[in-house]
Amino acid sequence: MSFLEYAPAPESKAILNLKKSYGLFIGGEFVDGHGTPFQTISPADESLIAEVASANAADVDLAVATARRAYDSVWSRMSGADRGKYLFRIARLVQERARELAVAESLDNGKPIKESRDVDVPLVAAWFFYYAGWADKLDYAGLGAAPRALGVAAQVIPWNFPLLMLAWKIAPALAAGNTVVLKPAETTPLSALIFAEILQQAELPAGVVNIITGAGDTGAALVNHPDVNKVAFTGSTAVGRAIAKSTAGTGKKITLELGGKAANIVFDDAPIDQAIEGIVNGIFFNQGHVCCAGSRLLVQENVHDEVIDRLKQRLSTLRLGDPLDKNTDIGAINSKEQLDRIRELSNVGEEEGAERWTADCAIPDKGFWFAPTIFTNVSSSHRIAREEVFGPVLSVLTFRTPAEAIAKANNTPYGLSAGIWSDKGSKVLAVADQLRAGVVWANTFNRFDPASPFGGYKESGYGREGGRHGLAAYLQSSGFGPLPELVEGRTPKKPAKKSTKGAKK
Amino acid sequence: MTRLSVPKTYKLYIGGKFPRSESGRVYEVASASGAFLANVAQASRKDARDAVRAARSAVAGWSGATGYNRGQVLYRIAELLEGRRAQFVEEIVQSEGVSADAAGKQVDAAIDVWVWYAGWADKYVQVAGNGNPVSGPYFNISTPEATGVVAVIAPQQSSLLGFVSVVAPALVSGNTVVVVASEKSPLSAISLSEVMATSDVPGGVVNVLTGSAAELAPWLAAHADVNAIDLAGAGETDWVDLQISAADTLKRVLTPEPGVPAPSVERVTFFTETKTVWHTKALI
Repeated sequence: MSFLEYAPAPESKAILNLKKSYGLFIGGEFVDGHGTPFQTISPADESLIAEVASANAADVDLAVATARRAYDSVWSRMSGADRGKYLFRIARLVQERARELAVAESLDNGKPIKESRDVDVPLVAAWFFYYAGWADKLDYAGLGAAPRALGVAAQVIPWNFPLLMLAWKIAPALAAGNTVVLKPAETTPLSALIFAEILQQAELPAGVVNIITGAGDTGAALVNHPDVNKVAFTGSTAVGRAIAKSTAGTGKKITLELGGKAANIVFDDAPIDQAIEGIVNGIFFNQGHVCCAGSRLLVQENVHDEVIDRLKQRLSTLRLGDPLDKNTDIGAINSKEQLDRIRELSNVGEEEGAERWTADCAIPDKGFWFAPTIFTNVSSSHRIAREEVFGPVLSVLTFRTPAEAIAKANNTPYGLSAGIWSDKGSKVLAVADQLRAGVVWANTFNRFDPASPFGGYKESGYGREGGRHGLAAYLQSSGFGPLPELVEGRTPKKPAKKSTKGAKK
Repeated sequence: MTRLSVPKTYKLYIGGKFPRSESGRVYEVASASGAFLANVAQASRKDARDAVRAARSAVAGWSGATGYNRGQVLYRIAELLEGRRAQFVEEIVQSEGVSADAAGKQVDAAIDVWVWYAGWADKYVQVAGNGNPVSGPYFNISTPEATGVVAVIAPQQSSLLGFVSVVAPALVSGNTVVVVASEKSPLSAISLSEVMATSDVPGGVVNVLTGSAAELAPWLAAHADVNAIDLAGAGETDWVDLQISAADTLKRVLTPEPGVPAPSVERVTFFTETKTVWHTKALI
């Protein structure tokens, strides 16, 4: 047994108390869906986990109407302090059932249990805990006195961090006083359905949160529903664009958290040990299924060979396999569809002349897997340097000067995140100033915190999630009171008016 | 003997220069009573693209200037406006058909709005940004910065005040702008360009197009190098189509407002992006 071989240490699935099939969570209880039910499987071995209902247009109608009723009759009348108490309850219940949620998440998504256990679920609890405290302090959110909720929020989330994205969406929405209809991703509905049980245990008033499962058409019906006031979407830039188009002229407030192609810049004066760990965490965390992943490594030319050698060494020690095993570093790719895309883009990388290196590791017979892969000799025009792979594939480019690094880093329509590695503080701050990205990690990468705003520039979307800024996405200002009387007969400031012009579109 | 006056040729303002439209087109601007006032350049698609290019090349300098510096540059425009008060009053009286008293009030308001926004340049970051108490050994701060190039459809009424009320807030954080002036009353926008050209505003920071908003706005909404669009004065056009078109590049879109938008810090922060920087702290 070499030092790399560990005895299996799988987390038991016995902790889960799964049902054979799940309905839609509307009005505080599970009801039948009227679309064609679908199956959710474990991407690690393709085994069936459960059958899940699909919401058709009528179900979406019902969910939105239920959320509206809960908004009008309960949630908008409740004090902020009480809303906060419900959120605190939810945070505590998530902590109490953390192990169960982590197992469910790894089972359904394929991510290693050490990530779901140590990152996803603790952050979920933290997110609810953070926003719980905001619920009765909205006057201090920076929107003037007595900001108002928007109404019903339609939220559509992706499969890469199923429960964490749910928390990012639901916690600020409820704290601000909105009610919610949320659609989890088709391949990862499980943890959201267990979360629905947590809402029942928390005795959250019926209809305040409704969770409807289904595929893209369910999501489209939800975001385009005329009685929805707010749309929050995390996912691909293509779908984000479609949402921006279909909601144009409706006056709905939109938050879009879309794709990325982050540059992770390593200068020759970087702390190399930490940088290697940061690069690995940047692109191989969660199998690279991360919109803010550091998928473009920009290395200063004179340290390129050293960095790549050490990176390959480090990747050779990563263990790929059973997501439920506590020793696993790299889990399963979430779906066959995603695996196909990663394979296709990797093949294009080779065809375009980049040099491919793949860690030597055994791939399980069943399930969807992709070994950690590095492309060197990549140029900015290669597709693997421009398109989001959303998998464990790192493209390496080089640079000579900070100016070149900045130009290459910004040479993308995306602008979600970026990394800088250097021990020289003044250089880090100067580069951070120039990067067109919403989150810049200096001498670290892929850090998330409920107090810290997250979101992109350019085609990575708009709006922020997390922190005070994330709260603003779910509120409308009541105005800042009388401004200086500068303008005689000027338009009085009125908050978010509804357009009638777009209604006919 | 009465002196024969020397009328002004009203041109576009692009990259700090005053070109005619490359298309050679002009349109007649008439007073409220229908009398001929001027042949104004009718900007084309190519002019709009030239303006976006000029605006893009000015972003680095303007957004890279300190807030204190931008504030002083903007304040100086107000100073110069004040000095040319009579000229603006006369143009507004002519083109909008209002009394000299009403025109004077509009000019005063425009100057005051400009001063109000100028003062935000070195303050909005403190209001819209903050440090974040994250759970770990990290320095973490969120600050807003300019979105980039902002296209603006200026309000059609109150031509000077309308123009100022949409252009000034976009400039505060360091955006550069391409503005389509009021189609019916473009004269004060062009005269304001002359004020800017002789103040300290770098060329390309403000670019002014005159002509048809309905013709120009679709090109600006679709332009891939425009980051945001303010449709304040586009209420009479088919603005929903503009918003749809802007979605292709995920532009930030501010929808039309009736009349002249009130001064508001939200107009400043709307055209900013929040950047959050994390840095590790050593464990000592």
